[in-house]
Amino acid sequence: MKENKLIEIYQNDSVKISVRKEWCKACGICIEFCPKDVLAADEQGKPIPININECIKCSLCELRCPDFAITVEGGE
Amino acid sequence: MKTVINNYIREEMFPNIWCPGCGNGIVLGAIIRAIDDLKWDKNKIAMISGIGCSSRITGYVDFCTMNTTHGRALPFATGIKMANPNMKVVVVMGDGDCSAIGGNHFIHAARRNIDLTAIIINNMIYGMTGGQYSPLTPTKKFGTTAPYGNIDQSFDLVKLAKAAGASYVARGTVYHVRQLTSLIKKALNKKGFSVVEIISDCPISYGKMNKMRTVVDMLKWIKDMSVSKKAWEDLSPEEKKEKFVIGEFLDIDRPDYTELYSKVMEEAQKMGVSR
Ligand SMILES: Cc1ncc(C[n+]2csc(CCOP(=O)(O)OP(=O)(O)O)c2C)c(N)n1
Ligand code: SF4
Ligand code: SF4
Ligand code: SF4
Repeated sequence: MKENKLIEIYQNDSVKISVRKEWCKACGICIEFCPKDVLAADEQGKPIPININECIKCSLCELRCPDFAITVEGGE
Repeated sequence: MKTVINNYIREEMFPNIWCPGCGNGIVLGAIIRAIDDLKWDKNKIAMISGIGCSSRITGYVDFCTMNTTHGRALPFATGIKMANPNMKVVVVMGDGDCSAIGGNHFIHAARRNIDLTAIIINNMIYGMTGGQYSPLTPTKKFGTTAPYGNIDQSFDLVKLAKAAGASYVARGTVYHVRQLTSLIKKALNKKGFSVVEIISDCPISYGKMNKMRTVVDMLKWIKDMSVSKKAWEDLSPEEKKEKFVIGEFLDIDRPDYTELYSKVMEEAQKMGVSR
């Protein structure tokens, strides 16, 4: 069992975006197809929210992530 | 960051083995979300796969699972369904797995209308073995075994499944992920042989051979090449050939094989008593 569950959490009053870095493979899908350009690539190519206040909680980043490495809470 | 996904996966198996951006992972998410929507008991679900990158999917889910032999997922699934008709049986195949070596099993499972759901991850190539073309590689596209472009016409899996006798047939893509989840959900719920073909990305084997260097390029291509049934009607014959038509193509009711078989058993038992 891998112990290291490195999860980066970014949030404002209405949304919480979590990135599980050890599962993320830096494919760029979430970054490219976010309709609001909320995400940018960090130095490893993994997503980092640079515009979290623009997030419309559409969850598309979460639904298209092939690695279950990004989640968006606060939507529905 | 717990989501519904965590309730259905074998977390110790992650990160998954697939290449960055591989569509197999997107399909896995869509299947899990569809099953979660249906509130099915995960111990009553059997997921069966053959051989190929896509077939590794059974290693990641906490259902009853079986990773079988290349092209033979449907016969194994048929056995499981016949032995225990109450089981929900889902079969995940690659395009090569389903339509080349497993093509005969596919048409006969459809003909029998056995109550299974077949999910075909169509990345248009043999991913695992290094990019040989498959029966679903589009004409003129490249594979390691088609260095001058594929001269074959590809199967239209939707038409094949319909003609062979399936009850539900749909096509989705890994880009249109919400629609994909709802198509899978309908297929799972269908009594009879249900088929969802999923246009998917393999940036490593297909993308590299076809001048799409990144997974983002591949997904943009899938997005641009996909049209709804309605939009497709208005295209010219030439344009039609190039596009992936997505949506539902068949949804009918006819008796499934397990039902017919149990009737035969009943009849035979009655006859046995009267004799
Ligand atoms: C009987 C048999 N023949 C050939 C192979 C080699 N083989 C392994 S996977 C594969 C094809 C994989 O392509 P596909 O089914 O499209 O799945 P993908 O890897 O693209 O998901 C082949 C030919 C095998 N394992 N068994
Ligand atoms: S939920 Fe939608 S808007 Fe927010 S980061 Fe994800 S893709 Fe962008
Ligand atoms: S889609 Fe998933 S794996 Fe790809 S970069 Fe985003 S978080 Fe990482
Ligand atoms: S070779 Fe292709 S199908 Fe196989 S894991 Fe890599 S991207 Fe996915």
